[in-house]
Amino acid sequence: MKFDKPAGTNPIDRKMVIGKATDRIDGPLKTTGTAPYAYERHDVVANQAYGYIVGSTIAKGQIASIDTADAKASPGVVGVVTWENAGKLGTSHWHTARLLAGPKVEHYDQAVAIVVADSFEEARAAAKLIRVQYKRADGQFDLAAQKASATKAGDGADSAVGDFASAFASAPIHLDQQYTTPDQSHAMMEPHASIAAWDGDKLTLWTSNQMINWAVDAMSDLLLIPKENVHVMSPFLGGGFGSKLWVRADAMLAAVGARVTGRPVRVTLTRPMVFNNTTHRPATIQRIRIGSDKDGKITAIGHESWSGDLPGGGPEGATNQTKKLYAGANRMTALRLAVLDLPEGNAMRAPGEAPGLMALEMAMDEFAEKLGMDPVEVRIVNDTQVDPENPNRPFSQRNLVGCLRKGAEAFGWNKRNPKPASVRDGRWLVGMGMASAYRGAPVMNSAARVDIDRNGVVTVATDMTDIGTGSYTIIGQTAAEMMGVPLDKVVVKLGDSSFPVSSGSGGQWGANSSTAGVYAACMALREKVAAKLGLDPKSAVFENGTVSAGGKSAPLTDAAGLSAEDRIEFGDLSRKYVQATFGGHFVEVAVDAYTGEMRIRRMLAACAAGRILNPKSARSQVIGAMTMGAGAALMEELVVDKRFGYFVNHDLAEYHVPVHADIPHQEVIFLEEEDPTSSPMKAKGVGELGICGVGAAIANAIYNATGVRVREYPITLDKFVEQMPRVA
Amino acid sequence: MRAFSFERATSPAEAAAAVARTPGAKFIAGGTNLLDLMKLEIETPTHLVDVNDLGLDKITPTDDGGLRIGALVRNTDLAADNRVRRDYGVLSRALLAGASGQLRNKATTAGNLLQRTRCPYFYDPAMPCNKRKPGSGCAAIGGFNRNLAIMGVSDKCIATHPSDMAVAMRALDATVETVKPDGKTRAIPIADFHRLPGDTPQIETNLQPGECITAVTLPRPIGGKHVYHKVRDRASYAFALISVAAVVRDDGTGRLAFGGLAHKPWRVEAAEAKIGDGAKAVTDIALAGAKTTPQNAFKLPLVERTLGGILTEARA
Repeated sequence: MKFDKPAGTNPIDRKMVIGKATDRIDGPLKTTGTAPYAYERHDVVANQAYGYIVGSTIAKGQIASIDTADAKASPGVVGVVTWENAGKLGTSHWHTARLLAGPKVEHYDQAVAIVVADSFEEARAAAKLIRVQYKRADGQFDLAAQKASATKAGDGADSAVGDFASAFASAPIHLDQQYTTPDQSHAMMEPHASIAAWDGDKLTLWTSNQMINWAVDAMSDLLLIPKENVHVMSPFLGGGFGSKLWVRADAMLAAVGARVTGRPVRVTLTRPMVFNNTTHRPATIQRIRIGSDKDGKITAIGHESWSGDLPGGGPEGATNQTKKLYAGANRMTALRLAVLDLPEGNAMRAPGEAPGLMALEMAMDEFAEKLGMDPVEVRIVNDTQVDPENPNRPFSQRNLVGCLRKGAEAFGWNKRNPKPASVRDGRWLVGMGMASAYRGAPVMNSAARVDIDRNGVVTVATDMTDIGTGSYTIIGQTAAEMMGVPLDKVVVKLGDSSFPVSSGSGGQWGANSSTAGVYAACMALREKVAAKLGLDPKSAVFENGTVSAGGKSAPLTDAAGLSAEDRIEFGDLSRKYVQATFGGHFVEVAVDAYTGEMRIRRMLAACAAGRILNPKSARSQVIGAMTMGAGAALMEELVVDKRFGYFVNHDLAEYHVPVHADIPHQEVIFLEEEDPTSSPMKAKGVGELGICGVGAAIANAIYNATGVRVREYPITLDKFVEQMPRVA
Repeated sequence: MRAFSFERATSPAEAAAAVARTPGAKFIAGGTNLLDLMKLEIETPTHLVDVNDLGLDKITPTDDGGLRIGALVRNTDLAADNRVRRDYGVLSRALLAGASGQLRNKATTAGNLLQRTRCPYFYDPAMPCNKRKPGSGCAAIGGFNRNLAIMGVSDKCIATHPSDMAVAMRALDATVETVKPDGKTRAIPIADFHRLPGDTPQIETNLQPGECITAVTLPRPIGGKHVYHKVRDRASYAFALISVAAVVRDDGTGRLAFGGLAHKPWRVEAAEAKIGDGAKAVTDIALAGAKTTPQNAFKLPLVERTLGGILTEARA
């Protein structure tokens, strides 16, 4: 099904199932521990051996020699694989660094060997007996030091409209500030894990992956086997946040280990290895300049961002939102990329906008203060309904103003004292902060197959993944709505490369795209059903297990055995319109006047993100993202040891993410919205919107509480405690 | 993890003898720290002597009005004990500020005293560390040391002791009771129990080889307001940036011990005479001679400010 015109009225608009707050249909599997996660699939293939990966202890250089003799002689060991005996391996365009080092080492904890043994413990013990001699080379590990050497990050790295330089220079109000965000780790609950088994030259891979078709593609390229010889299954994931968009060393080395030893091999990355072996969100240095008239209307806005990656890698697109969020006739953005020999930088929840808004929305707070305007009002004054870089291109929908007004009202923003450090509650200094949220609403082509059995059960199969987001449920709701059956008459099968290729999960495109694919398949099936039942497909109504048209009706079970597959193919609506999601974040914090300890007291997000398919799982997505944003604001930082070139705090005791005690009551308001240009579902996505801007809202609240502005995230108390007013 | 042999001891003296006679042997109680370190091969004991069944899990009154806490009393049980809550509140609060509920259910009193530093370089076998591998150097000096020691450091090691409980024990003048492999017992004041790193950071206590902790005793209650303020980077489940264990009496006297500053709980008795003069007067003495890095220098004002809050509220 082509989608190249805005959607008209369609069966989804009935909203009998779609739009209803619905419990996860996979909930019982999860709460009873029976959802099959990759590492626990003891039953899928016999004679599994365990692989344990050895990581490089240098950041850059060469492997001079690897002595595996003691490891091979260790109890239970089946085999040891290094670059010397792995066989010929290909490269994948999905990866900047290779998944198995040798002889070149590109980053710390890059895999140098996998030990395969009868048990995990035996593999781990033997791994410690491998002796690798390295020739260490000097590397670059310090973004600030490399900033001057950074170059333009490819085509599209820069944008410019009007004459920014002179408009900024002549603006009566200006702000010119630098902000930094650190390297961050996805820190999802389930580490990367895979089981690989060969049957001749055919590979089966049970893994934890967000994008099944990309996984097939990469495994084929890496192992030099045809795509049709690769079968990937990933029905459940314990989170990914972008770290599982691409297969990692666990998958490739499980497959290589299995090929070399002749046993199915199961591999998980240990938690300490996840941080340096896999990808991370790269650190940024951002410069923001805003100029305006005294009325607060922006006349010049500039945003430059520097980040680093391995040679051949890409930038963190921290300027994305600045191209679209606020009006202003004269504007510029620039992305600069330095070479760093740290582990591979890549996508993490809302890549670009998440760190970009941490900077931009703090700058807007500072700008509002310079103007003497309320932070909400200065954002409203600078709203735009067209792409500020291309005024001929409207937003498909844009209700930022509604989010800000409604959020402010629900939060009680008018009670905020704009004078910093002026509200005390016992030993606590109390402050409020806010920020805009912006995240694009990309779409991806997505296919599904739907069939009906003799009990009237509708089964959907698509290689879409549920990374904890609720895909199973919204796909089930879509099929239930389309085929006129209750949700408990729908079976949803996901995460298997033998199913039609879906959008996968990433970039908050999954919900809208994958359900649109299910919509397309259901439309095809409805036509077949109507034809079989002798009903007019155009007017047929599917409801309560019955199909009716022209005064005739028949039970859906009469169409048992029918099946249809189709794919939603998105046309150029996303070029005609800017499609994006919007929100307003409001936060109240308390800061201990003595110690600088920070406690978030309240959080509220008002979101405009198209039709909300399942308000319950959508809310969970937003509050989860707000929690992650709180981590980004207050504690998350991969600390770079600039001598050795690695992330020092590589476990969850030292890389802090929020605990329950850090997170207060969170409120989410969804504004009524349906976007006919987005898809037949008229939905967008919310999985990433919630993290966008919330960090700045927290930072702005801390400033309002304390009067101290910290522009280097995370805002830990050591960065401001000495500047806080002394308490009597 | 390396293979090891295992035995269950039936008396403290036998446990001590068993560890003393087997090179590379260690006691195991709750295992909340040792097992993690064994998995990383930072600890590689050849033999484990399980002391869980020694009957050392009771809290009993002492003749002089104090409490004897068996070495195997779990942190959860110690924190919840009514006598501890009533008379030694700083200890209960310190325990509850540490770790997680699950860890406290397993972790023991003696094991808590013996837990090892959380310095990230100690935890990474690829990095030099004089504590893990004597003579290999200290990666923390000149590296990531934001949360490492500022008091009593050496040029070999700037690790901190991670315990909260021990800081309260130090403020309360606890005594560590032990039995040696020859069956003789001794009592070690907690002030003398942990060592500063000096040239031998791998030796963390003054226990002799095989010497087994049987109990920790608390002297009779000293009254006063009991406060444990642990400042950390998140609200729970994090090691202290700094902590203050305070007992402050109405007459302005009191006890103060500090965590997160040194290789042992930090207490300077002379500073306690200045409690009535305010936090700065106290820290001028207690933190004299501090050796900070650019990353951890914030601990000095942070201790003073935290103590200021405690003293202000204690007077209120």
